[in-house]
Amino acid sequence: MKEIVINPITRIEGHAKVTIFLNEDLTVRDARFQVTDFRGFEKFSEGRPFYEMPSITSRACGICPVSHLLASAKACDEIVAVKVPTTAVLLRRLMHMGQMIQSHALNFFHLSAPDFLLGMDADPATRNVFGLIEKQPDLARQGIRLRKFGQEIIENVAGKKIHSSEWIVPGGAKWPLTAERADYLKSNLHEALTTTLQTITMFKGWFSSCTEEMETYGDFPSYYLGLVTADGGLEMYDGNIRIVDSEGNIVADQLNPDKYMDYIGEAVEPYSFMKFPYYKPLGYPGGMYRVGPLARLNISSHCGTPLADQELKEFKKLGKNGIVQSTFHYHYARLIETLFCIEKTKELLEDPEILSERVCRKVYVNNSEGVGVAEAPRGTLIHHYKVDPQGMITKVNMIIATEHNNLAYNKAVTQVAQKYVKAETLNEGMLNRVESVIRSFDPCLSCATHMVGQMPLEIQLLDSQGKLLDRKIR
Amino acid sequence: MAASKKVRVATLWLSGCSGCHMSFLDQDEALIDLAQQIQLVYSPVVDVKVFPEDVDVTLVEGAVANEDQEELLKFARARTKVLISLGDCAVTGNVPGLRNALPESPIAVLNRAYIETADVNPQIPTDVPMLLPKALPLHEVVKVDFYIPGCPPPAGLINWVIGRLMRGLPVNMEGKSKFG
Repeated sequence: MKEIVINPITRIEGHAKVTIFLNEDLTVRDARFQVTDFRGFEKFSEGRPFYEMPSITSRACGICPVSHLLASAKACDEIVAVKVPTTAVLLRRLMHMGQMIQSHALNFFHLSAPDFLLGMDADPATRNVFGLIEKQPDLARQGIRLRKFGQEIIENVAGKKIHSSEWIVPGGAKWPLTAERADYLKSNLHEALTTTLQTITMFKGWFSSCTEEMETYGDFPSYYLGLVTADGGLEMYDGNIRIVDSEGNIVADQLNPDKYMDYIGEAVEPYSFMKFPYYKPLGYPGGMYRVGPLARLNISSHCGTPLADQELKEFKKLGKNGIVQSTFHYHYARLIETLFCIEKTKELLEDPEILSERVCRKVYVNNSEGVGVAEAPRGTLIHHYKVDPQGMITKVNMIIATEHNNLAYNKAVTQVAQKYVKAETLNEGMLNRVESVIRSFDPCLSCATHMVGQMPLEIQLLDSQGKLLDRKIR
Repeated sequence: MAASKKVRVATLWLSGCSGCHMSFLDQDEALIDLAQQIQLVYSPVVDVKVFPEDVDVTLVEGAVANEDQEELLKFARARTKVLISLGDCAVTGNVPGLRNALPESPIAVLNRAYIETADVNPQIPTDVPMLLPKALPLHEVVKVDFYIPGCPPPAGLINWVIGRLMRGLPVNMEGKSKFG
């Protein structure tokens, strides 16, 4: 069988390659998204005290460490069996908004924008954020500053931009927010909001020239899964699980996240270190669902902040029954969520309770098990711990946002490869389109396999005996 | 300034969380100034797929945990003048190295993730790079010229080191950094 390998996929967070399988007539038959590293958090955490877990699991990912801190702390909250003080919840939520803003800005400006603004077929040597700085310095500066705003929220709440694990503790948080820090963050809200609104307008301006991408970049039916509020609104820190089908029907609602094992199964394939979660009632691989920004907006009836709600209405018009199928629109969904998070940041900073100094309880081990769930930038994140009576970890299971989308990745890369990859006249731009659909999902593979790695891109054409016919390196 | 006069910088991401790369990006507006002076010739955020020749400075994040990473690191070392261990995983093995203490690493970690917690097709993936018996700090595999500890190292420190190297000034890390 003939195959084309793209290795590594660049401008994503993690290590992966794509193998494209060709038919005898050189048309594309199938494609696989393969993840190539692994670290083993679930095993090496065993025997360690539970309260170390936020600090250790934060190191699963440098892009969304806050999501791990939150899911981990929430699992620990269940182990100590206390209600977290109101102010600590507000501060955890505020930190989470910072995480969403910085991560979404990173995907849009630093990783994906070079494809849109410099071109899918632009010189690969400069098709990156430094190329963007050179060609569109004002826009690059705005994007850099938006990401910085998100990082500074995290830093001002929790003391450090990346792996701020000293601050979050089981049962609450270690220190309160000072008025000076809150005022500093407030003073930057206006600029962040302006940048986001301008970016949304710019992005929508590209729609008319991107119709082909919208139709072929992973445009297929699937289920959608994520957290929602009690009244079905967008929720990122708390709430229960909702699952919606491609027609917009709610197939399951307000599922208790603690019972995730009842409805989410995990499969393994020999070609990837990333596992394949599926919706249990539909089996594997039929139970394919998507998570993350596109899924969250598909399952939510409203955002709950004025500007984001206005934008959500426009978003829902792009699909039938308000369900938007095209993976390309992860980008649009990400920008709408950024808007929501900035509005929410303002709301949280203006809450009179946010400056209260009561942020933590004294805690002890009271339960032998805890599940913590949060919406990471890329989707639903689950941490599940079991402990012995002394609080030493005996079992860990983590299901990571990016993993949920694994079945969908394979479908999306196949769809794009079938549309764009012509084996007889292979060129770099064709392959970049395959990579680009992966960037739309914004995978975080360091998380997904609790892993990471990287290698040169090599495209090999092999005949049915595995003999090398042609080879290209870029 | 002509592109050829710029300092040729590369960044590698081995077994780590990308936090050191995020800290590199946390240089924020300083990146815009840096873009005038350096050319990023290879990096996870750049689309060049083969580590190029004649690189002046390579910053490496992460421990060496699988055979592909070992090969890439040796390849990069041969093509780089100054190689820097960036962050605690590269400097000490840190979090990826936590598995080293297990009696049957790496089989124990693989079993847990792909056999014990799988509902369908439990199996250890085979069409993927082989894990090394232990996740190693860089200096156990190649010669390292500078170490920047931290989890991650602060953006300001990364910027300071790159700046000193570009101007050919000595880089004395004493009192400038800490682990964690």
